[in-house]
Amino acid sequence: MTGWRTLFYKEVLRFWKVSFQTVAAPVLTAMLYLLIFGHVLEDHVTVYRDVGYTSFLIPGLVMMSVLQNAFANSSSSLIQSKITGNLVFLLVSPLSHRAWFVAYVGASMVRGLSVGLGVLIVTVWFAPLRLAEPWWVLVFALLGAGMLGALGLIAGLWAEKFDQMAAFQNFLIMPMTFLAGVFYSVHSLPAFWQAASHLNPFFYMVDGFRRGFFGASDVSPWLSLTVVAASLAVVSAIALHLLRTGYKLRL
Amino acid sequence: MLAAIRFDDVSKAFRGTRGSVQALAGVSFDIETGEFFGLLGPNGAGKTTLISILAGLAKASSGRVSVLGHDVVADYAAARRALGIVPQELVFDPFFTVREALRIQSGYFGVRDNDAWIGELLDGLGLGDKAGANMRQLSGGMKRRVLVAQALVHKPPVIVLDEPTAGVDVELRQTLWQFVSRLNKQGHTVLLTTHYLEEAEALCGRIAMLKQGRVVALDRTSNLLAGTASTMLRFKTDDALPAAVAAQARVTGRIVQVRAHDAAEVETVLQRLRVAGVRIEDLEIGRADLEDVFLEIMHGKPRGVGAVA
Repeated sequence: MTGWRTLFYKEVLRFWKVSFQTVAAPVLTAMLYLLIFGHVLEDHVTVYRDVGYTSFLIPGLVMMSVLQNAFANSSSSLIQSKITGNLVFLLVSPLSHRAWFVAYVGASMVRGLSVGLGVLIVTVWFAPLRLAEPWWVLVFALLGAGMLGALGLIAGLWAEKFDQMAAFQNFLIMPMTFLAGVFYSVHSLPAFWQAASHLNPFFYMVDGFRRGFFGASDVSPWLSLTVVAASLAVVSAIALHLLRTGYKLRL
Repeated sequence: MLAAIRFDDVSKAFRGTRGSVQALAGVSFDIETGEFFGLLGPNGAGKTTLISILAGLAKASSGRVSVLGHDVVADYAAARRALGIVPQELVFDPFFTVREALRIQSGYFGVRDNDAWIGELLDGLGLGDKAGANMRQLSGGMKRRVLVAQALVHKPPVIVLDEPTAGVDVELRQTLWQFVSRLNKQGHTVLLTTHYLEEAEALCGRIAMLKQGRVVALDRTSNLLAGTASTMLRFKTDDALPAAVAAQARVTGRIVQVRAHDAAEVETVLQRLRVAGVRIEDLEIGRADLEDVFLEIMHGKPRGVGAVA
């Protein structure tokens, strides 16, 4: 194995060696959300006809886990390597900025999708779930994981300290995922917050992903696909530019 | 002949909160293929900045650097393949074992099926029984050996060691120098920065000295020593030294050290001691430390640069 494949393999091996923390822990967290919210709200909230609240919640939790863990993988790997100094092994290598991008984002997608699959496997027993339009499930899972992997790359390059990284995660990633309609349909929000939600690209990822399960969504899956693909393109272009210019890497 | 490393008018300014700091100011010199070259200078002279620009860890403000003719910016992939860097900091990736770290590093450089050479490196550096150990479990000296192995894993023709023996035990220093000397004899070019000047004297054919971002001396190690008071006279005495000798002597308790340029000057000193009736014991005549030469050059004028540049 050589070139970007080596870096990809190293990045996958890195999280896999501590999979109890990087895969099992987020699966448990998602299950707790499901048990608590599902139990409390099952009889009080109806989003789509014939879809119980717990069923509605499962795809949202799966997608939230995919997004958060894809982000966590590239961002934490980079910041750790920067702070401990072992990024030098990569910096002195002949790998191109494209190789870095493909490897870091690819490994982030593997982590995000592994956790997402884990969440699906443990939650699917709690409520009936269909796969009405499965291709949307696949498309939005892949694009969402890719976008958050690239966003994590940008955060990892930008942050110089762990608290800066925590700020990025707590003040940007967490609010955007929680306000993306994971726990509710945006149609249940007041008009202003409905409009605000439509500015959040994470909303389209969750909505498009859920469409694959229920065949129903808040907006057209094609609109979601356009927004998500455009977001991925913008974030990737920024990440590639930062890598090419050696932003905060090559002084 | 194609230079192994060429620094061509390299300058570097770091912009900080208190204005700009000029780390390098127009550094130019070549290191020929097969040389064992020493880069010396006090802390803050710009040695590590120069190495960082060579390795692609930093960008020069102006000027060019090439490795075997490959520009380190425009043709970075070829330049980095030709280069093996042992970094100054003791860094490691805590997720992997020694063998995993070396296999990963091989992969970055596009080297397939490298286990035979990895085995050779592990044995040569005394790491044979640590191959399966996690990096976290190794002592500082062992981690340093792994750093050397990582730098050599792609068999680079040009090897750069940035103060590799700082804080390292005697055994490792010897293992390391035997290993690097063997590589040099096999044709590898070696660039070494070090604070241990006796190392540079013993190993390096040529030396460049940096001071405040400029080359202040560049010559063969033997020439640098020849042009200075490089002979050292050491003896013990309880008597007072004559004024003429005392003026050029360094006295530590009973031990007296006098530096001289040549044999005639040694003879003059001994004669003055005889005339003054000074009784001396344990007389030794040896080479002066490169450190003394270094200090003399650092406090004096640039030398040797014009002739070579």
